[in-house]
Amino acid sequence: MALLEVKNLGIEFPMRREVLRALQGVSFSLDAGERLGIVGESGAGKSIAAFAIINLLSKPGRINAGEILFEGRDLTVLDDNAMRDIRGNRISMIFQDPMMTLNPVLTIETQMIEVLKAHREISDNDARKIAVEKLREVAIPSPEDRLKSYPHELSGGQRQRVVIATALLTNPSIIIADEPSTALDVTIQAGIMALMLNLCKSHDMGLILITHDLAVVSQVTERVVVMYAGRVVEEGPTADIVTHPKHPYTRGLIAALPQEGTAGKRLNQIPGSMPTLDAIPDGCAFHPRCPHADDVCRASVPEIVKVGNQFSRCVKATELAEENSL
Amino acid sequence: MSGPLVETRDVEKRFDLGGYFWQQDKPVVRALNGVSIAIEKGESFCLVGESGCGKSTLARCIMGLLDLSEGEVFYKGEQIDRLSAKAMMPYRRRMQMIFQNPYASLNPRMTIQKTLEEPLRFHFPEMKNGEVRDKVEEVMTSVGNDPAWGTRYPHEFSGGQRQRISIARALMVDPDFVVADEPISALDVSIQAQVLNVMMDARDSRDLTYLFITHDLSVVRHFGTRVGVMYLGALCELAQTKTLFDTPRHPYTQVLLNAIPKLSTTELIHTPMMGEVPTAIKLPSGCVFHPRCPYANERCSREVPAGTTLDDGTVVACHAVEENRI
Repeated sequence: MALLEVKNLGIEFPMRREVLRALQGVSFSLDAGERLGIVGESGAGKSIAAFAIINLLSKPGRINAGEILFEGRDLTVLDDNAMRDIRGNRISMIFQDPMMTLNPVLTIETQMIEVLKAHREISDNDARKIAVEKLREVAIPSPEDRLKSYPHELSGGQRQRVVIATALLTNPSIIIADEPSTALDVTIQAGIMALMLNLCKSHDMGLILITHDLAVVSQVTERVVVMYAGRVVEEGPTADIVTHPKHPYTRGLIAALPQEGTAGKRLNQIPGSMPTLDAIPDGCAFHPRCPHADDVCRASVPEIVKVGNQFSRCVKATELAEENSL
Repeated sequence: MSGPLVETRDVEKRFDLGGYFWQQDKPVVRALNGVSIAIEKGESFCLVGESGCGKSTLARCIMGLLDLSEGEVFYKGEQIDRLSAKAMMPYRRRMQMIFQNPYASLNPRMTIQKTLEEPLRFHFPEMKNGEVRDKVEEVMTSVGNDPAWGTRYPHEFSGGQRQRISIARALMVDPDFVVADEPISALDVSIQAQVLNVMMDARDSRDLTYLFITHDLSVVRHFGTRVGVMYLGALCELAQTKTLFDTPRHPYTQVLLNAIPKLSTTELIHTPMMGEVPTAIKLPSGCVFHPRCPYANERCSREVPAGTTLDDGTVVACHAVEENRI
């Protein structure tokens, strides 16, 4: 049995005149110690899916279908108390901007000890020891001194390391990281991603990495879920998706990356932009931007089908796989 | 015309941080420490470096948005850094700027038509209404925007569309030189390709020269003709794009190139760089990179390296390269 299983999840936002459907029929699973990437552009619904897992959906958003099974328990029906045992304890989350996540008026020590005390009976001294140990694991130099620092005294990379250390305090079985390195410089980004990769391996921890950067995903994760306009459009082993993307959207994304061979020439752009939630096209949501679209695509939402090692939500998946132009 | 289009000579920029009036040495941020670049007509000159290295400050100094502390800026051989606002006016028309965040750089209370007309009305007050409208339509079409957008407001557009509107605004007055400060960092991957294509098309059809500032080296490889790598307010390497990517000379350039996330089927391997980025308030002595450089010796910590021109035209500011140690 998978550690975490999201089944047919739907999320909607009731507005004054209409109901916006942010997620429709999203399913994916994560085994213990597995690293999963969720890729998509802004508005694809990747962050919403993560927030739903730890029950942090902001109002008026609500789950209207499906279930989220963590160790066999459905998280969507848990009450607040039971959820608090899981969130930040068994499943931790890391956000994009470490300056927003850390409280600027409290020392690192106060913030780290607070997390431990919220989840278990522990003395300040023991909590401090665990905090120092975790800071050491994320390669913060002289952790005892750093505990006394305020967030503004640390650099961006250091701050994100502190946030990761805080997420590790309770030895969670899953870490959800929402664009953990996007706000950082390239040189620091590589360090943070390498750290996350090593921590997941050494602690046998599951990782859900949410990002728009296919390159980062290709280097860190084992499996990828590609999302578009609230649906999963492609899923499969990372290596297969990177080398042989099946869905036209994934192909477009990979083709749009600036690469060595094409220097100076026009890039292969995907025309148009992602639809907003109040204007998701009928049929396949990608059809207005898709070079292969025809009447079938406009008529109904395609099922997700297995093609080789992957799953693709495209009626022409098999056909396209055969001609495989990439 | 002979000589470079835009040239900076030993530009220095210091920002005072206050302090008390009796204080002997008041804290000063040394943002630029003697940067000399020459941009030829028709080039796409890229400046890369981590945040805080002074690349945006240099752009603002060139554009006359910041006063220099030392040094000179030339436009077609004429010195423009100490001109009065009035004398600067004709140069402002020829030099335009595109900013990073299209959500902040467009006035939310002006229609697109107004936004685009404003620079024309300012620089060409004698232009007739009809001519202005024609010009707006022409430029809008050339960057792939629907001229009918004119009556709408910025909030009605997506990030990519807004950035194309910002590009149109910069092109309204037929500039020769466009500074683009991280124009695509705030955009989604598939949209980045669109905006880059628009910028490249404009370069070819309007004979533009770009100064393109970015931290994303994969874009540089695609877009740039020459690249300047900056670290802590100093230029460490200046080379043709292909040369820089094939044979990076400066140790910092090598680190930077290794840090680019690449689409791959293998796991991330990361060799961390020593230390953290020092602040520009307390610059290291000698070569600013020496505390983090694996090749540093005693001379590096004492003497600021001057640029050495190599056989292929690359300029490198590094003692180790000069002494053939690497």
